[in-house]
Amino acid sequence: MKETNPTVTVDCMGENCPMPLVKTREAIMKAKKGDVIKVVGDHPNSFDEIPMALNALGIKIIDQKKEADKWSIIFKV
Amino acid sequence: MSATKKNTIIKGKRKATIILHSGDFDKIMSAFITGNGFLAMGVPVTIFFTFWGLKALTKNGFKKAPLSKMNFFGLGRKMINSKMKKYNVADLDTLAKSFKQLGGRITACTMTMQLMGIKEKDLRTDLISDLGSVGAYCYESIDANITLFI
Repeated sequence: MKETNPTVTVDCMGENCPMPLVKTREAIMKAKKGDVIKVVGDHPNSFDEIPMALNALGIKIIDQKKEADKWSIIFKV
Repeated sequence: MSATKKNTIIKGKRKATIILHSGDFDKIMSAFITGNGFLAMGVPVTIFFTFWGLKALTKNGFKKAPLSKMNFFGLGRKMINSKMKKYNVADLDTLAKSFKQLGGRITACTMTMQLMGIKEKDLRTDLISDLGSVGAYCYESIDANITLFI
């Protein structure tokens, strides 16, 4: 399995502040070591703020993509 | 929870404490949104509910909480509620539950309980972690690098 293949997907589509951050954190708390988490959403600020939270938590981002109507962030815990 | 500890690298000790003095709906929202934000970043948070804030922590208190401005006898609150639905903004109950789920702590002020005749059974015991007075807030805040008064 490629390292970027997510084992957990967090769907934050349609979610507003602060729920994308909350859902990301909940997923990290539930995750097992080595899990690759993919967060998908469309709340504009969260695309920048989830990486801030990951940085504060000492988690490195594997991949981050922004499309016209949604974005995704992939990281390993 | 052990997985969380292993995966969470906290550089230097970080902690946030919030005094929620206001019982206004919008200010309670602010306290919980900010609290959830800190928790999402791995910063432990304790909110001290006191005075009107504690009044809002009684059963059905969130529902009754007025807006700090433009409440218009509850009409403003109704308008905000419908706007919150439209923009899919989480309501107070959802925010409070998330706060607890992420490990946030809530302390209820015992002095306010006496002043306002609030009994422990009147409070949202599902949300409260401790009962305490000013000493609890001060002791918790000594090594907190963030403290807010709302």
